[in-house]
Amino acid sequence: MATNIHKLLLSTILVLVVLFQSNQLFANTDVHENDEGKEEVFNPGEMIQHHITDAPDWHIVSIDGHHYSIPLPVILYSSQRGLAIFSSSNFHNETETYNGYQLEHNHIIAVDAAGKVDESVHLYNVSITKNVASMMLSAVLLLVLFLSIAGSYKKRKGLAPKGAQSFFEPIILYIRDDVAKSMIGPKYEKFMPYLLTIFFFIWFNNLLGLIPAGANVSGNITFTLFLALATFVITTLTANKYYWAHILWTPGVPLPLRIIILPLEVIGMFTKPFSLMIRLFANITAGHIIVLSFLGLVFIFKTIAVAAFGVPFALFISILELFVAILQAYVFTLLTALYFGSAVHAHEHDEDHAQGHEAAH
Amino acid sequence: MNLITPDFGLFFWQTITFAIVLFILGKFAWGPIMSSLKEREDSITEALEAAQQAKAEMASLKAANEALLQEARLQRDKMLRDAQTVANNLLNEAKDKATKEGALLLENARRGIESEKNAALAEVKNYAVNIALEVAEKILKRELKDNDAQKALVSEYLKESTLN
Repeated sequence: MATNIHKLLLSTILVLVVLFQSNQLFANTDVHENDEGKEEVFNPGEMIQHHITDAPDWHIVSIDGHHYSIPLPVILYSSQRGLAIFSSSNFHNETETYNGYQLEHNHIIAVDAAGKVDESVHLYNVSITKNVASMMLSAVLLLVLFLSIAGSYKKRKGLAPKGAQSFFEPIILYIRDDVAKSMIGPKYEKFMPYLLTIFFFIWFNNLLGLIPAGANVSGNITFTLFLALATFVITTLTANKYYWAHILWTPGVPLPLRIIILPLEVIGMFTKPFSLMIRLFANITAGHIIVLSFLGLVFIFKTIAVAAFGVPFALFISILELFVAILQAYVFTLLTALYFGSAVHAHEHDEDHAQGHEAAH
Repeated sequence: MNLITPDFGLFFWQTITFAIVLFILGKFAWGPIMSSLKEREDSITEALEAAQQAKAEMASLKAANEALLQEARLQRDKMLRDAQTVANNLLNEAKDKATKEGALLLENARRGIESEKNAALAEVKNYAVNIALEVAEKILKRELKDNDAQKALVSEYLKESTLN
């Protein structure tokens, strides 16, 4: 449901944005939405792009052309130049170079003495970027919160839950009973740590992304790629012979169909985690884009009156995003559990399936 | 496009971060939390079962008590009945005995009376014989003198004897 609203709103907004952009000049992009009072041209596409992509520093706010941001460590490695670690505050703008490195659209590139791109340097950028920092923050939050909750389980042994414990306990129980147990079956226990971790990891990162000036970590394709890949690896490694039999030689199906099903099932192995990756990425990024678009309308029209319409809508979407944050974490966890379930299901599942196939034909 | 190009740095750090989070939480948070949740659920289930069992036990105890009471009641009734029977028997026996004894006494008395009567009769006979002998003797003595006198004498003696 939320996804449909997203799509509808997103398309509406994009049409509006494109309409008004075409009337304006595409000018220098070093301007932000805060520069309302100035006569500089506002580019909503740039603004949104800036907000939903990664950056070497954590930009908080810009007031009257002054950028206030938290500098983060830049860590670069290349076999040609070795290791380089310096603060992101050394990059002042996109034309300046520092130590032979230059910022280009928030990407660090190696340049030679003449200021040209040095193609010979194969750069590994393992900087603590805005996304990495935000993700680490969520990891610290997770660790502090759940270790303390685990502590209160030990302290208040046999007693009713209290405080944070009683807030998170129903969620943990829900993941256990309605996600893991119902999707995986009796072998659910070994998957519980992973399922709980991804659920809270995604949820917390979704929520951190909703904080103004927060990073769009869970709407980053790398983030979702990692989680989808982890789910895929665990599914494949824990799969039993029935799972492979189902994919490679679907039981209870006539021979010609088996040959047709085989490639489909093999493709299915990869499309499942791929859909996980795209779903989370698209939902979270779309949410961010919609909120930013509504707010951007004020600066496109250059009148405060539009705020009467744009701000309540942005607020509405923001609140919807709070729901989407937990919903998408739940969906990701549920589908992950479903894939785990298909990997460890015992034989009777195949029998049912085979009967289903036969009944269908 | 920037938006859908995976980033090596983020992937690298995420691998480390996620591995650490998964390991630490798995070992020190999810494990203890899941086990204490399970423990609590088990204890609740146990407590409920125990309550159910106690209830059943109570019911069976009550039933046993009832049965015991019923038995006691029956026993009491039986005892009462037995006692009644014994008492009745005793009474009857006593009655029988008394009757028999009474009859015996009566019989003895009757026999005594009979023998006394016989003895008395025998005595009366002896006496009458003696009187008759005396009279006969006297008559015999008198006969020798006067017939009339003899007759008067006899009637006189007879008069005397019947008075006896």
